[in-house]
Amino acid sequence: MEWIQQLVNGISLGSIYALIALGYTMVYGIVKLINFAHGDVFMVGSFVGFYSISIFHLGFFPALLISMAVCAIFGVLIERIAYKPLRNATRIAALITAIGVSLLIEYTTIYARGAQPEAYPDKLLPFKNVEFFGVKISSQSLFILAISILLMILLQFIVHKTKIGKAMRAVSHDMDAARLMGINVDNTISATFAIGSALAGAAGVIFGMYYTKIEPLMGIIPGLKAFVAAVLGGIGIIPGAMVGGLVLGVIESLVSASGYSLWRDGAAFVVLILILIFRPSGIFGKNVREKV
Amino acid sequence: MLQINDINVYYGNIQALKGVSLEINEGEIVTLIGANGAGKSTLLKTISGLAKPKKGDIIFEGDSISGKVAQTIVKKGISHVPEGRRVFSNMSVEENLELGAYLRKDKQGIREDFSKVYDLFPRLHERRKQLSGTLSGGEQQMLAMGRALMARPRLLLLDEPSMGLAPLLVKTIFRIIEEINNTGTTILLVEQNANMALSIASRAYVIETGKIVLSGTPDELNQSDQIKNAYLGGH
Ligand SMILES: Nc1ncnc2c1ncn2[C@@H]1O[C@H](COP(=O)(O)OP(=O)(O)OP(=O)(O)O)[C@@H](O)[C@H]1O
Ligand SMILES: [Mg+2]
Repeated sequence: MEWIQQLVNGISLGSIYALIALGYTMVYGIVKLINFAHGDVFMVGSFVGFYSISIFHLGFFPALLISMAVCAIFGVLIERIAYKPLRNATRIAALITAIGVSLLIEYTTIYARGAQPEAYPDKLLPFKNVEFFGVKISSQSLFILAISILLMILLQFIVHKTKIGKAMRAVSHDMDAARLMGINVDNTISATFAIGSALAGAAGVIFGMYYTKIEPLMGIIPGLKAFVAAVLGGIGIIPGAMVGGLVLGVIESLVSASGYSLWRDGAAFVVLILILIFRPSGIFGKNVREKV
Repeated sequence: MLQINDINVYYGNIQALKGVSLEINEGEIVTLIGANGAGKSTLLKTISGLAKPKKGDIIFEGDSISGKVAQTIVKKGISHVPEGRRVFSNMSVEENLELGAYLRKDKQGIREDFSKVYDLFPRLHERRKQLSGTLSGGEQQMLAMGRALMARPRLLLLDEPSMGLAPLLVKTIFRIIEEINNTGTTILLVEQNANMALSIASRAYVIETGKIVLSGTPDELNQSDQIKNAYLGGH
């Protein structure tokens, strides 16, 4: 029974990874950049949620929405200021810039408020254990899972059914062909950063609720793991990020449950090495041949 | 309708177009022929806003469009079917066509154009739910043309529509190009298949290493020995 509880924990944790991984994968899909500052957007989202709740006494949902909105704007600013001028530069230049932006956000946050951690208010949601066939599952885990799934469904809807979503897919496939349709490529890239960052913001608030402790460097490890999740699923592929996140969360929980909890963080990187060796294109990746 | 005056276009240090001038009148099919690397695609890209001229001007229906972004140019009524089709292979036929109408708001008109495109290319209607990456080369060409028509262009730029197609299909595509022209769309056709292109064109230009070297009616070009030897298989 312990195992099933761990499995549920793993899925909740994995859904947080998945939300962050979506931003990595969407941005990579469209501008071929690993946005290493993405984990820090997640951290900023977590703090925005925290201050909304503790200073402005907002409830969970308003805090979640505000955090998503602030992160969306923040993500667009990062793109416009740091990445857009480098769009035709080498990929390594953009990658190094992303690492620079990441450090800038982390240490500006520390400069602004100090490095001390903050305890997330935990009375926001009713907490009780729900019993399923004799297995106790915390209502919080289920709640996190429900919100994540909802956001992912919303994302799928945006990407597949709306005009901006179709523009995003077109630009990520062929920028010049998209231009010939009259698509504004710059705005479409900004929209991608906005959506990816909003999801990271949501993940930040959810993470805060679940783990109750947040601090300015909290984005590093979940950011890296979400990156692994994105690679695991196949970088650039949206359903891949979702599945990759969930699989990674479950692997970590199972490693803990087997008594190797100290190895938990290492598991993600073992997974990364294994994918890079055996299946570099990820679970959903395929070597697409195109007709010319 | 379209006037290109003395444009120079560069890729870095390479000059791809050297003082090119060209004119297209409403209702015409104008063809541009030339060898590989002559600058045909570059000229189309410059008209549609994917490349910018360093010098010279492009006037479309009285307004200068040179250096404008592609979005503005599509809005003004010029659609470009690029070399190699460039369909969005990760999307269905239907979604590709929808993207062709990206800038339009008139739902009714878009619906009408969907049926027009499907009438022109019944194959696309049969495969409207299919991922366009799984279409044959000929079907992808049809899709690329249909997608461009969804913008309701007044000037259609076609870059080597017959490339890689079997002779029978080439005939079909050329018949459809004439049909599109008959419904009032002016056409600039880039081709290596000079015989076919001259057979449907009102006028033709010949481009060599970035310069227009000859222009005239198909009859005039057919009589030029130089053209016969270089482009028409010297018959
Ligand atoms: N993106 C690019 N970067 C650098 N040079 C380019 C680029 N695209 C084209 N060129 C060069 O510009 C010249 C004209 O190329 P263009 O593609 O316009 O020729 P083309 O007439 O369309 O040839 P083809 O019949 O092979 O399609 C060539 O010398 C080509 O090498
Ligand atoms: Mg060409």
